[in-house]
Amino acid sequence: MRFIFDSNTWQEIFGSISKNKTRTVITVIGVLWGIFIYIALAGSAQGLNNGFDKAFKTVAMNSMFVWPQSSSMPYDGFKTGRLMDLRLEDVSTIQNRIPEVQFIAPRIRQGDGGPNSEPVYTVKGQKSGNYGLYGDYPVYTKIATKKIYDGGRFINEEDIEQARKVIVIGERVQQELFEKDEDPIGAYIRVGTVYFQVVGVHKLANGVSFDSDSDMFIPFTTHRKLYNTGDLVSYLCIAAYDDVDVVQVEKDIKALLRSTHRAHPDDERAFGSFNLGEAFGRTMDFAFGLTFMSLIVGIATILAGVIGIGNILLISVKERTKELGVRRALGATPSEVRNLIVLESVFLTLIAGILGIILGAGVLSGINAFTKDIDFPYTNPTVPIPYVLGALVIMVVLGTLIGLIPAQRAVSIKPIDALREE
Amino acid sequence: MGSNSLHVLKGINFSVEEGELVAIMGSSGSGKSTLLNILGMLDELDEGSYDLDGVPIKNLNETKAANYRNKFLGFVFQSFNLINYKSAMENVALPLYYQRVGRKERQEKALKYLDQVGLKEWAEHLPSELSGGQKQRVAIARAMAAEPKVLLADEPTGALDSTTSYEVMDLIQKINDQGNTILIVTHEPDIADMCKRIVHLKDGIILEDKKIKQVRASEYV
Repeated sequence: MRFIFDSNTWQEIFGSISKNKTRTVITVIGVLWGIFIYIALAGSAQGLNNGFDKAFKTVAMNSMFVWPQSSSMPYDGFKTGRLMDLRLEDVSTIQNRIPEVQFIAPRIRQGDGGPNSEPVYTVKGQKSGNYGLYGDYPVYTKIATKKIYDGGRFINEEDIEQARKVIVIGERVQQELFEKDEDPIGAYIRVGTVYFQVVGVHKLANGVSFDSDSDMFIPFTTHRKLYNTGDLVSYLCIAAYDDVDVVQVEKDIKALLRSTHRAHPDDERAFGSFNLGEAFGRTMDFAFGLTFMSLIVGIATILAGVIGIGNILLISVKERTKELGVRRALGATPSEVRNLIVLESVFLTLIAGILGIILGAGVLSGINAFTKDIDFPYTNPTVPIPYVLGALVIMVVLGTLIGLIPAQRAVSIKPIDALREE
Repeated sequence: MGSNSLHVLKGINFSVEEGELVAIMGSSGSGKSTLLNILGMLDELDEGSYDLDGVPIKNLNETKAANYRNKFLGFVFQSFNLINYKSAMENVALPLYYQRVGRKERQEKALKYLDQVGLKEWAEHLPSELSGGQKQRVAIARAMAAEPKVLLADEPTGALDSTTSYEVMDLIQKINDQGNTILIVTHEPDIADMCKRIVHLKDGIILEDKKIKQVRASEYV
């Protein structure tokens, strides 16, 4: 160990490295390239990972949507093709019977309960537009996080109880109906034939979302009074607890709905569903696969680079046979010669590695800056410090092992033969 | 060495006293270099014994041999064998490095020995910037730097013209005058005549071992 911390040792190493600058540079480039690829790949994979994470952030990961379709099997006296429906009572049924469910938000889309399924004509002063209208409960925000602009709010319990005529509008609605510097909060807009007071503006979340920025939300109870939809629900947004199997919960809920709505127990088409948890899981599997692959590719590239170092050192040992012979004639022990070569290898590997890490980090931050403003699931591409340290450790170990080959060769030549070689 | 063994030396019995300047002569293949290599612990003997300064040299592993070489022996080669990317001073300091002498002291000593061979001004020059004679003088300084018991020179003048050869021999004689023991392998009679004793080898045996009257190299310079 003393050998490593001896400044004389390092002078010897610097001497022999700086003697052959071209050789050193080429050697270093091999490993530099390897670690660069490793960092760039691992960082990009992490960036995609983060990007997916961010995309799914606005929606509870373990959430699903269930909506009614039409039956595809005759059952209990009903013919095939019966239109199924969902009602508010289904919410309490599911909550009572399936304990894995954390939140249920019934939603109704304007038009689903009546003949008019067009977007609703909305007017503010001289401006107007057609926008989707939803009747919602406050619990909806527990499942699909809504980012509400400063000063605004989402629908609350009192809105529901009193069936208030309040509305949360989308970002685009605000842009189209309001002046640029006009505060929409507290303003009144006419939706259809009824005036609503704006209480919030929701920002469109990037990534997975069921809503668009031209949607407007009003209290469920207000919607049902206005459009006379009774207990009718368009679809249910359901969030399960974090630690449960969402796929199973999805199956259970659909089975329960089939039985309460008197559909055939095997009629898969009676109710439709979409499971975000599953979709998220698949995306995450993909991201994990990507990370894993980048690790493998990166490490393989590092390995190739290190083998390159070993190769070049082997040639250099051959070139330096005479020098090494002289050193041994002058009293260098075999272990001193071996350490010299191995340390040279490790030193070159480390320098190359550190340069590669710096270069890789630079490229990653460049890509990050470039993708910041475009809609691409790529956020904060970082390589975890353990990965970097791991790569450095691998490089030192490999550098040592690979350096041992030329070092062993260097000491296996007898000094007398080395000196004789012309 | 190699898979074919060849008996080069066939029974050699001789000893060297402290302060002697011995020339080992013989035509090529006579075993003179092998003898020197065995004396230098660069080669192994298969039979017999070798005592150096009262220490029996046998069953050496490489590490031990390296330590003995470092402590007891200085080498001068025909092709100088300087390390080409090190300056004259660094070359001279190298054996001291392997003796674990500190950097400062190493440089001081190296300069001192370079001064002795008259090359103090050339301390920072690389071997490629030196003439053959200068290179050999640096090599001699390097061999002396470790303050060895014996200086072994394998054809030290083999690659030099006669004027330079005499300069180098003059230096060797001066070192010998200071009491150092020196063995020189050569096949040039005029170089051998500058030693105090000539050992003639032929086909691996000693043909002749005689003390002579030394010819001073300075007469020719």
